[in-house]
Amino acid sequence: MTPSSSIASPGAAPAHDEHHDHHPSYLVDGTTIKSWLLTVDHKRIGIMFLFWVLLFFLVGGIFALLIRVELLTPGPTIMDAMTYNRTFTLHGLVMIFLFMIPAIPAVFGNFMLPLMLGAKDVAFPRLNLLSLYIYLGGALLALWGMLNGGLDTGWTFYAPYSTHTTTTVAPVLFGAFIIGFSSIVTGINFIVTVHTMRAPGITWFKMPLFVWAIYATSCIQVLATPVIGLLLVLVTVENLFGFGLFDPARGGDPVLFQHLFWFYSHPAVYIMVLPAFGVMSEIVSAFSRKNIFGYRAVAYSSLGIAFVGFFAWGHHMFVSGQSTFAGGLFGVLSMLVGVFTAIKVFNWVGTVYKGAVDFKTPFAYFCGFLFFTVFGGMTGIGLATTSLDIPWHDTYFVVAHFHFIMVGATIMAFLAALHYWFPKMFGRTYHEGWGLVSAALIILGFNATFIPQFLLGNNGMPRRYYEYPERFQALNVASTAGASLLAFGFLIIAMYLTYALFFGKVAGKNPWRSKGYEWLTESPPPTHNFVGPQPTYPEEPHFYVDPKKAEVPDAV
Amino acid sequence: MQSSASTADGTVAPVPRLAMHFASLEVQNHAARLGMWLFLATEILLFAGLFVCYGVYRFLFPEAWAACSRSLDLTLGTVNTIVLITSSLTAALAVHYAKEGKNKMVAVQILLTLAMAIGFLVIKYFEYAHKFHIGTLPGRYYFYEGIQLPGAPLYFTVYFCATALHGLHVVIGMIVLGFSMVRALKRGDFGPNNYTQVELGSMYWHLVDLVWIFLFPLLYLV
Ligand code: HEM
Ligand SMILES: [Cu+2]
Repeated sequence: MTPSSSIASPGAAPAHDEHHDHHPSYLVDGTTIKSWLLTVDHKRIGIMFLFWVLLFFLVGGIFALLIRVELLTPGPTIMDAMTYNRTFTLHGLVMIFLFMIPAIPAVFGNFMLPLMLGAKDVAFPRLNLLSLYIYLGGALLALWGMLNGGLDTGWTFYAPYSTHTTTTVAPVLFGAFIIGFSSIVTGINFIVTVHTMRAPGITWFKMPLFVWAIYATSCIQVLATPVIGLLLVLVTVENLFGFGLFDPARGGDPVLFQHLFWFYSHPAVYIMVLPAFGVMSEIVSAFSRKNIFGYRAVAYSSLGIAFVGFFAWGHHMFVSGQSTFAGGLFGVLSMLVGVFTAIKVFNWVGTVYKGAVDFKTPFAYFCGFLFFTVFGGMTGIGLATTSLDIPWHDTYFVVAHFHFIMVGATIMAFLAALHYWFPKMFGRTYHEGWGLVSAALIILGFNATFIPQFLLGNNGMPRRYYEYPERFQALNVASTAGASLLAFGFLIIAMYLTYALFFGKVAGKNPWRSKGYEWLTESPPPTHNFVGPQPTYPEEPHFYVDPKKAEVPDAV
Repeated sequence: MQSSASTADGTVAPVPRLAMHFASLEVQNHAARLGMWLFLATEILLFAGLFVCYGVYRFLFPEAWAACSRSLDLTLGTVNTIVLITSSLTAALAVHYAKEGKNKMVAVQILLTLAMAIGFLVIKYFEYAHKFHIGTLPGRYYFYEGIQLPGAPLYFTVYFCATALHGLHVVIGMIVLGFSMVRALKRGDFGPNNYTQVELGSMYWHLVDLVWIFLFPLLYLV
């Protein structure tokens, strides 16, 4: 913020930063292992989350490839039926609970939220560190269970199967329960941070849209997670002791399980996509060099999605014997979510319109994201129509739907965020050419993987089967080919980003010339986020005066 | 790190340290309280899941529910309710004295609260022991001859899950309050500017109380 410090930064290399003897970047302020493991700095905690989240993504990804290889041929290919069940369960659990839910909030939320609010840290820094270790503890417990006995229920743990299976239910479910705590703690921390830590000048409607999205996500996390926490405990207890709560043989009601499960897990899908929406709002504005079109509509629609998301869970139970009236009602309420999402989509498109588009890697991911969201969302409307859901239910159509919208949108946003904020986090830039190439590969690979699955489902291939009739083979081979392309794309990213981490060009304070508040400080930021007096915030966060003049914001 | 301020009765009470990332003590305490409120909301939602189970099965098995409910010992339940409500009062008094910097009284009030909590658990123990004896137990362990209605084992599944989860919260609450008691005795820390810890502990205790106030009528009365 002080002129001298901003002049010093462009030449400064992050790893051996000699210029700020008094304000070293958070990366080099303490280099012992202990200074990382016991840090309460939200930025370091974010980086540690990044490490673990990527590791679990790798694990989940390897299992995804194993599934796809198994499905290459109609009969058994590389594993037996039981192993297949365990493989897709592990894939689903790891991807959902260990990657998708924490990915954007725990990594980028942690790193960016305080910077975007002009705060020195989150409200409860030690709780923040605790949430990392709770997450790790739960993850290791669950993985240990998966490898010793292996759960075979799928990530939905449907009762009464899950209360009877002899595979290791207890450690896995309990692990998921513990991870839920981490999610709750992070959510509480972010909500309190937004309420109490905004710098003078940052009013509610001057908060960056990413903050709004994380705020709405945190509300869902806090409201929904306890319910599934309880449910996981009940299922564990029932599996161990035969309490009979969800076992029809003892008078229990398995549909009650489904209600409680989807009461969390439907909103949970918005825990995964809302942060993605937030990232995209930042990126579309930064790379169109325009203020976001309809800021308030975008902010409110996040809250709207968070709210109606709680009333849509019944659409997972259209074929469970619920009344036609309930089915119709849940269908309509689900479509309401589509309306709120459409508001965002129109606003993003409106932002790009007549903007000065700077087609960099994050923007490439935005394009992919827009396609996956719109296409995936439309198939959701289809599924929410009860008469259409009856043939599609539990087929590959559903698998393709949720991979498109949930995985597609979230991965696009995760990668976009990783590229957009890479210079802020590590002070270096990556190679733009490789960025674009891998983005193209990934978007192509994604489509090639999941479009065949829409067709498979529509032709009647059920999900979670490991053998299938001859006539489904061509599409399955296409899907596996797409998955390989996808994996190849990730490999390239891993290589050039690792290279950039050590040898990339020094980024300087604001390489994108973005107007986001997080760019007002150094890259990488010093330990307490700002050097000298606190920055002031006279302008809105997405304020570009004239898109055609790519003017550099002056940090006040 | 700790500066001092005088309290009403002339003793010197330390002021809590202001963490570097907060603008002022007020904001810091506000954040702590807001965080606690949110946490308590999640706790209520945790129990809400059980209440849903209760409601659904009560609807499915009305007779079994009525019969099982009558099999509980209403006297013991009522005594426990009174014990717990009284303990909530002493917990609130602890906050009151903490604000005045009367650390001894804080410790005394918390001690009373803890004593009642133990009383509650002892009574609960006798109730549990009786059930283990006659066989009104969850699910497949149910062997009570007195009530042979479909759904009766489920009632006791709900009963045990709910009361055990509540009991766990009682124990956690005791630990939380116990910490404040030790602090009040050893360091005499609390005063007009520094009572957040007692306040948060007492808020947690009120939750434990509140949950019981729902559980008692649902399980014992209706
Ligand atoms: C915006 C983000 C969305 C995400 C992340 C998402 C995610 C998912 C997921 C993960 C599943 C499958 C769960 C499973 O059985 O394993 C699913 C199923 C479903 N989704 Fe979505 N969805 C989204 C939007 C929508 C919308 C807008 C609608 C309706 C208008 C919708 C309607 C449905 C329906 C009806 C099913 C159940 C299909 C079946 O099991 O037969 N979804 N979604
Ligand atoms: Cu859903």
